[in-house]
Amino acid sequence: MSKKVTYADDKGGYQTHVIIKSALIYVVLILLTLICLVPIWILVVNATRLHNDIIGNVSLIPGTHLFDNIRTLKENSLYNVFFSPLVGMKNSLIIAGCCCALTVFFSGMTAYGLVVYDFKLAGPAFVFILAVMMVPTQVTAVGFMKLLINMNLLDSYIPLIIPSIAAPAIVFFMRQYMLSSFPLDIIEAARIDGSNEFRTFLTISIPMMKPAFAVQAIFAFIQKWNDYYNQSIVLVSGKKAQLTMPMMVQKVIAIDRNADYGANYAAIFLSIIPVVVIYIVLSRFIIGGVAAGGVKE
Amino acid sequence: MATAAQRRIKSVSYAKYGYIFILPFFIVYFIFALWPLLQTFVLAFCENGTREPAFIGLDNFKTILATPPENDFKAMGIHETFWRYFKNTLIIWVGNFIPQIALSLLLAVWFTDLRVKMPGKGFFKVVMYMPNIITAASVAGLFLALFGDSSYSVINTLRGCAMTKEEIAAAGLTAAPEPWKVITSVWGSRVLVMFIQVWMWFGNTMIMLMSGIQGINESLFEAAEIDGANSTQTFWRITFPLLKTIMVYTLLTSMIGGLQMFDIPFMLHTGNIINENIATIAVFVYQMFHSNFAKPSFGYSGAASVILFVITSILGALVFYVQRDKDAIAKKKQRKAAIKAAKAKAKGGGFSI
Repeated sequence: MSKKVTYADDKGGYQTHVIIKSALIYVVLILLTLICLVPIWILVVNATRLHNDIIGNVSLIPGTHLFDNIRTLKENSLYNVFFSPLVGMKNSLIIAGCCCALTVFFSGMTAYGLVVYDFKLAGPAFVFILAVMMVPTQVTAVGFMKLLINMNLLDSYIPLIIPSIAAPAIVFFMRQYMLSSFPLDIIEAARIDGSNEFRTFLTISIPMMKPAFAVQAIFAFIQKWNDYYNQSIVLVSGKKAQLTMPMMVQKVIAIDRNADYGANYAAIFLSIIPVVVIYIVLSRFIIGGVAAGGVKE
Repeated sequence: MATAAQRRIKSVSYAKYGYIFILPFFIVYFIFALWPLLQTFVLAFCENGTREPAFIGLDNFKTILATPPENDFKAMGIHETFWRYFKNTLIIWVGNFIPQIALSLLLAVWFTDLRVKMPGKGFFKVVMYMPNIITAASVAGLFLALFGDSSYSVINTLRGCAMTKEEIAAAGLTAAPEPWKVITSVWGSRVLVMFIQVWMWFGNTMIMLMSGIQGINESLFEAAEIDGANSTQTFWRITFPLLKTIMVYTLLTSMIGGLQMFDIPFMLHTGNIINENIATIAVFVYQMFHSNFAKPSFGYSGAASVILFVITSILGALVFYVQRDKDAIAKKKQRKAAIKAAKAKAKGGGFSI
């Protein structure tokens, strides 16, 4: 007979195994964390150092010249012809803010219409929304450009803001959310109490759908803030007063002569500050939202 | 049983409100998305170089897909550019997707493993998702500063390319090392784009796969553990087979996303000339109608879009095919068979009530 294996022995082996495995996992995770953070950290560090320091050596300790670099962005004629942090922030904020509000409100409204009311075209309308979710933006872009030319909408914010009323993916998400956690009885109750349909939607349903609204609002804001593609299609003439943050950054990184590295880093730094702050404050909702989007149906 | 009151409420039709609530969505969608989509299809058959193009038939598709005659240099240029960009798209997609899915799957399995106690899980998730929310233009700028061709980019500075004369003398060299030119080299830039895409997207894929794994009945994992399965066995025998649907879904959505890759390939260069080694189909479409917006080449752009649309539709149809509810279909079949049998019985037997 072989040596008797006691429960305690086995448990010891199991425990060591788990500890070794956990340690290994931690090493990999820390490595990945570094890969994710080091580029961003170098960006932060170099945004606070002057050009001459940056080209001299690489450092991981922040300097104290962030405001000097921002001043270079404002005063150096290489940059200030198209870059102005305040104008860029304002424009991006207008576009992302309006899109975010419209997209959440109208997607909620569409989902509400599809879930609550029983009408002939509800099924086909939903199938349509599902089908167009897959249509890539790039495919509509050509026709979109033609439409802008025909309607004389180039260099206007209207074609950047109004289309966000129709966001199929967000309608889909909101519909799933309503189906799983919205009690329809409450609408009946509101009707009996004499509330009309719009009032029921505005004062009863929206407050109840707040979690879904919040998650989608965060995503919509970040997505629209980052949306270089559509902005560059619409804002063709590139007037400084109209440019958004991503467009200004694109122009900064295309400078190939006499670039001031400190100013370059500072420009990139300024463009990501708003989204990173939003992300750090609301990361729990964002991660939860991505996870919820992952389980389709 | 419905009470009289309930019956009366049901008899009021609220259908019109349904239409009113969904109307704004559809109006805006038709104007700003569906109409442009149809326009794209029309423009694919129209001439190039004007804002008001006339119909020319299949010429654009011929130019792009079939090899044009040797002496037609312009058509030859378009044809070659399209195929070069198409090849780039495929190469970058493969080189981005395989490492990304492998890494995300490994992390997702680790994060959901019941046996591994892992404090700080939330922190790691937050950090790994972070690159995804950063503006692509800024990411391109950041990586240009890190891996750029100039001696002052971070990697070249680390290698000592930016040393002053005194420093070179002190190090005992005759000259500073030649800077690495990652951005202008063919494979350097491609690998960099793949890396950036993985860097930006692995957190997202990981969280999607994690929610897929969490959707698997936990008792299966417990049963496996009690039966003495180790992690590898658990992964290949339980997690992987049950995760297949969501994996295929991720694969196909990633392919559709890969066809649309635009921001990084478009912006990863210094100066104003697009890097031809990394430019994708989406860049082709954009350049054709936008680089000269006074005289846009709507035709080529439209034709490329239609090709893109066809590929996407095929992939999309595959997603639906994979995602379809197999149980519901089986039940439907069963019910149909039952009805058929009942009918046959009713006809043949004549014993029906």
